[in-house]
Amino acid sequence: MSGAEIGLVLSVFLACAVEAVEALTIVLAVGATRSWSSALSGVGAATLALAAIVAALGPTLTSLPIGVLRVIVGGLLLIFGLQWLRKAILRAAGLKARHDELQTYAQETEAARAAGAMHSGFDGYAFAISFKGVLLEGLEVAFIVLTFGANQQRVGLAAAAAALAVLLVIAGGAAARAPLARVPENTMKFAVGVMLSSFGMFWGAEGAGASWPGGDGALLAIIPGILMAALALVWTLRRATRWAAGERAVPAVPAVAREPVVLAEPAMAAEPAMAAEPPGQAAADA
Amino acid sequence: MIRLKGFFTGVWEFVVGDDWRSALGVVLALALTALLADAGLSAWWVMPPVVIGLLALSIRRAAKGASHRG
Repeated sequence: MSGAEIGLVLSVFLACAVEAVEALTIVLAVGATRSWSSALSGVGAATLALAAIVAALGPTLTSLPIGVLRVIVGGLLLIFGLQWLRKAILRAAGLKARHDELQTYAQETEAARAAGAMHSGFDGYAFAISFKGVLLEGLEVAFIVLTFGANQQRVGLAAAAAALAVLLVIAGGAAARAPLARVPENTMKFAVGVMLSSFGMFWGAEGAGASWPGGDGALLAIIPGILMAALALVWTLRRATRWAAGERAVPAVPAVAREPVVLAEPAMAAEPAMAAEPPGQAAADA
Repeated sequence: MIRLKGFFTGVWEFVVGDDWRSALGVVLALALTALLADAGLSAWWVMPPVVIGLLALSIRRAAKGASHRG
């Protein structure tokens, strides 16, 4: 297996595992609260719809000339990957809520209970919520399977990696009989964002006619490069957030508490305020 | 017609998301790469700094939005 194929398997597996964990939480919530048979019917219908999408679009994509395919699919993958990476960076920096499967499970369970009385037999609510959850989470995976697979003419390998991830998540969910809250979803999404952006950039540039120094070996520099840039952005954001929090804390000190110090020793009274200021406003804006 | 519009809106939101500037930047960077490569010049160096720059600008916009909301 080549380095690019290992990247394909790893990216698809991680992306699919993350999305499967999220879909599993929804299915568990409606299945346990309302009807297992209806919820699982929704899962089956959504899986069939996703398989049909991959089966229909896969051959169409792989029939395109490789240069055209790479510039289109590489560009789409890069745009898509930057979305994942941006959200992952904001989560890692504490500026966006992290995924919490237990909280999502509680919300879905509450919504399922509030959805009204269940009829005997088929439960439309459980079917619809399961179908929608699996289809929406699965569409991202289908997109990644198609783009990665088509670019390397290995849609089958990408689909196998996705299927393996789904099976492992289902097995984990069946064993735990609860949402898989301990899966490091945010870290996995960060990794997927780095991989999608790196491969998208590599293939997009190749499709546009550029030749990377070292050929496929350039990925060994591109992936760590994107990773380091993303980590640097997280570090910068965290530092800026801490400074901003410190800045906001200054006015919170009661004016009454500061006044006697200012009156007694004006020179020393200036120190706390200066110390609380950020070293540079420009850095706080970064 | 409404369904068609809804479909394309869905596809746009799915692929491009809420930051169209990054998507536009990627398209322009790929176009510049193609132009340089077509002229027989080295073109691989265009994408890495552009991608990192687009990511940093996108994060900056999102962080500013978050701080305004917060």
